[in-house]
Amino acid sequence: MTGPPGAGKSTLVEKMTALFRKDGQTVAIVAVDPTSPYTGGAILGDRIRMSSLFCDPGVFIRSMATRGSSGGLAFRTREVCDLLDAFGKDVIIVETIGVGQAELDVADTAQTTVIVLVPESGDGIQAMKAGLMEIGDLFVVNKSDRDGADRLMVEIQMMLDLRPQCEGWRPGVMRTTASAGEGVDELVRQIQGHRDYLKKYGILGRLRKDNVRSAIVDLVRQRLEEKFWENAGIRSVLDRLAEEAAGGKMSPYQAFERLLEAREQNGMKPSTNKEQSDHVR
Amino acid sequence: MSDKIRSEKNQWRKKIADSKMRDVSFDTVSGESLESLYTPDDLGGFDYLKDLGFPGQFPFTRGVYESMYRGRLWTMRMFSGFGSAEDTNKRYKYLLRHGQTGLSVAFDFPTLYGRDSDDPVSRGEVGKCGVAISSLDDMERLFDGIPLDKVSTSMTINGPAAILWAFYIVTAEKQGVPPKKLSGTIQNDVLKEYIAQKSWLVPPEPSLRITVDTMAYGSRYVPRWNTISISGYHIREAGSTAAQELAFTLADGFAYVERGIQAGLDVDDFAPRLSFFFNSHIDFFEEIAKYRAARRIWAREMKNRYGARNPKSWLMRFHTQTAGCTLTAQQPENNIVRVAWQALAAVLGGTQSLHTNSMDETLALPSEKAALIALRTQQLIAHESGVTATIDPLGGSYFVEALTSRLEEKAYEYFEKIEKLGGITRAIEVGFPQREIAEAAFQYQKAIDEKRRIVVGVNDYLIEGEDLEIPILKIDPRVETDQCKRLERLRKERDSGKVKKALDDLRNACGSRENLMIPILTATREYATLGEIAGVLKEVFGEYREPPIYW
Amino acid sequence: MSRKLRILIAKPGLDGHDRGAKVVARALRDAGMEVIYTGLHQTPQMIVEAALQEDVDGVGLSILSGAHMTLFPEVMKRMCEEGLEDRLLFGGGIIPGEDVETLQKQGVGKIFGPGTPVQAIVDYIHETVRVGDV
Repeated sequence: MTGPPGAGKSTLVEKMTALFRKDGQTVAIVAVDPTSPYTGGAILGDRIRMSSLFCDPGVFIRSMATRGSSGGLAFRTREVCDLLDAFGKDVIIVETIGVGQAELDVADTAQTTVIVLVPESGDGIQAMKAGLMEIGDLFVVNKSDRDGADRLMVEIQMMLDLRPQCEGWRPGVMRTTASAGEGVDELVRQIQGHRDYLKKYGILGRLRKDNVRSAIVDLVRQRLEEKFWENAGIRSVLDRLAEEAAGGKMSPYQAFERLLEAREQNGMKPSTNKEQSDHVR
Repeated sequence: MSDKIRSEKNQWRKKIADSKMRDVSFDTVSGESLESLYTPDDLGGFDYLKDLGFPGQFPFTRGVYESMYRGRLWTMRMFSGFGSAEDTNKRYKYLLRHGQTGLSVAFDFPTLYGRDSDDPVSRGEVGKCGVAISSLDDMERLFDGIPLDKVSTSMTINGPAAILWAFYIVTAEKQGVPPKKLSGTIQNDVLKEYIAQKSWLVPPEPSLRITVDTMAYGSRYVPRWNTISISGYHIREAGSTAAQELAFTLADGFAYVERGIQAGLDVDDFAPRLSFFFNSHIDFFEEIAKYRAARRIWAREMKNRYGARNPKSWLMRFHTQTAGCTLTAQQPENNIVRVAWQALAAVLGGTQSLHTNSMDETLALPSEKAALIALRTQQLIAHESGVTATIDPLGGSYFVEALTSRLEEKAYEYFEKIEKLGGITRAIEVGFPQREIAEAAFQYQKAIDEKRRIVVGVNDYLIEGEDLEIPILKIDPRVETDQCKRLERLRKERDSGKVKKALDDLRNACGSRENLMIPILTATREYATLGEIAGVLKEVFGEYREPPIYW
Repeated sequence: MSRKLRILIAKPGLDGHDRGAKVVARALRDAGMEVIYTGLHQTPQMIVEAALQEDVDGVGLSILSGAHMTLFPEVMKRMCEEGLEDRLLFGGGIIPGEDVETLQKQGVGKIFGPGTPVQAIVDYIHETVRVGDV
């Protein structure tokens, strides 16, 4: 579940979960909120909207902070989902932080991506089409009792007309008023429909493979990066190079090359001033 | 003339520019920056007749009545309630005996939420923060021996206000007092519940419908009753600034007026029964300016925007309570002094009634002695200070007039923001006032933690190992068990067939446009409980939940 | 990389005074903690379920309704039943000194009264909750 803040994602999740539960399915919810880039802390407040589920043993809610991840999910969201899956939850719902355009990680993690918008999002939809609009498997216009809902429905449909058909799936667009529970049953039905489609065309297995594949790629990136910074001395080289680059003595690209060199010359003796000026020249 | 003042002022400024100032903040407690001196040129295009006028005349800046405190002192109304109906009844009689002139009922949390004392969620809360009232039976015992045609009663009740008011009206009936002889106030201001106090019942829309029903019923059958007390008190206690208190309270007030008009009522039929309730915080002049600005804005908007023609619709009458949140648990006796000047600010600001907090309220509910000192504080101001002889004695002060106008401007800035969000109910839904208040509260705490603002006994002038010598009022846990037993008996003894029918009738009325006061009164007479009546409303209208706040 | 502290801030009971809880939640956030804020009107069961699912290091209750002698012990009891006896339970509100003593004897941590600087709460959590490395 992704979409702008205030679109009512948490309330929708709560209502959907109630329906899944009625159907006898167990549910896990992973709610992601942003980590403050200044303090490293976070306020995880999505639970406020899900209080009716707190005491249901068939529902497990875990809040996560992004901790510096920028794709709308938290680091380890994928692993947490795997754990919840192994734990036997039938449905796992991931709610992204909802800051807008850059939340594309969710599409790599989830099998069905639902974009939640509100009539007020209408003006921003053009800006969103490049990212958010392309990853949606289903579109929801929540708070649809408000002015502008009809127009937004039309706009989304038009946007989808322009979007290349993706293996025979045309995303459904539907209205909900989550606070009153209206339209939520249709949403749940469509999510089920998308899942049936994924199964029928054997896409589920491929998605699974893609998911695992990008998990591995992520790990490679993380490990290599960690390895790169392993040697304590490298940070001080970085500091020095950054200072020089900031002073106009070299470009960031040149600084990067120097950093690589420094790392490769094992031992990483700090280079002399003379060498530096040579390099700049 | 004014050019001369300005040039002399500039010269004076130059002279003091180099003088040493203390290294502290001179901002008001709300963060408004202040000049060290105000002169006539700070008044801008000030027009005496237009901006101030005379007491009892438009725009009422100087006060709502012609003679103000020479004619009649404010009502000394101490908010109290704790334990069982009998406990509180005893305290009321004590206060009346000592010269209090009006009653003010504090209900416990279960009652505020429309829950009976024997509801599982009420556990541990019965009678703790106020008196437990679950049915007409409790209300009858609360006012036993107190003639309801002689006292005026204010009830701090919001979500379930219509129900508790019905309990009161029927209690009076049983005393032989007809509704038209009753005077008092139900707070009945649900909008500020969503904003600040958070004791709501159903969502805003149906809640406002019930509010309008009480307004309509009151103007017809209980004409001396204030059916809403539009409250800034809780907004301020939740941490708002003075300007936010002013702006959000008035915005709520406008919303009630608009609802009344939309429901087909004549504004002049109900507006004279609207009253207000403000906080008196620690910053003396800022508070006085706030009250004056509030009267002026209300009068102007009622006359110009809502087309009220009855002068009684223009005037803002208000109750004031000193600010609980400014009291300290450290060296609590100091609170007596804080309360005294807060009370003085309310009087200089022209309040119609006043509650003074007791020094021990940061520790527990007030003990009898502490409550008496608080009441005495009002009597001292009324009879010894001499401030009641002259109306609006600070009117014309360059400083107070400038500050009054500044608060007014700030309020209008907020009105504009609220308007842009689509009105106050929509603003509440997206958490706008809530966020503004939380931010102000955080900044205030930060200023104290960083010692930019000194609170005596808290971050300066501390006493190490302070020993508390104040007796604390304790609520006997028996109150809860007794209350549950009494309810059990009541449910057995009443005619359950009639109760069921009355509740069914109420349920049906919820779906129609019928005034809900009528079926609520009927259910009350059959001794349906608060929880049962509120339960029907929640069943039909749903329960409200707070929106998340984004920091 | 040191582990982030996770703290649950909850308002149990019917008390709607959430000014303090919000100020504290934000201050803990600003001190680099992850704060799970559950909002108003939580029952002890809801609070402990949340603490369990969120795997928090500490639970802070804000109570200004006088119901502390019912709510603190009940949360404490349920925390023990759920195997959370090693997690910190602390709080704040309008709570008379002798009640604070009684609660602390039952294993509740510090209870902060009016006038507490938020830094004192931050420091207390840092001192009390031992954080190992990941």
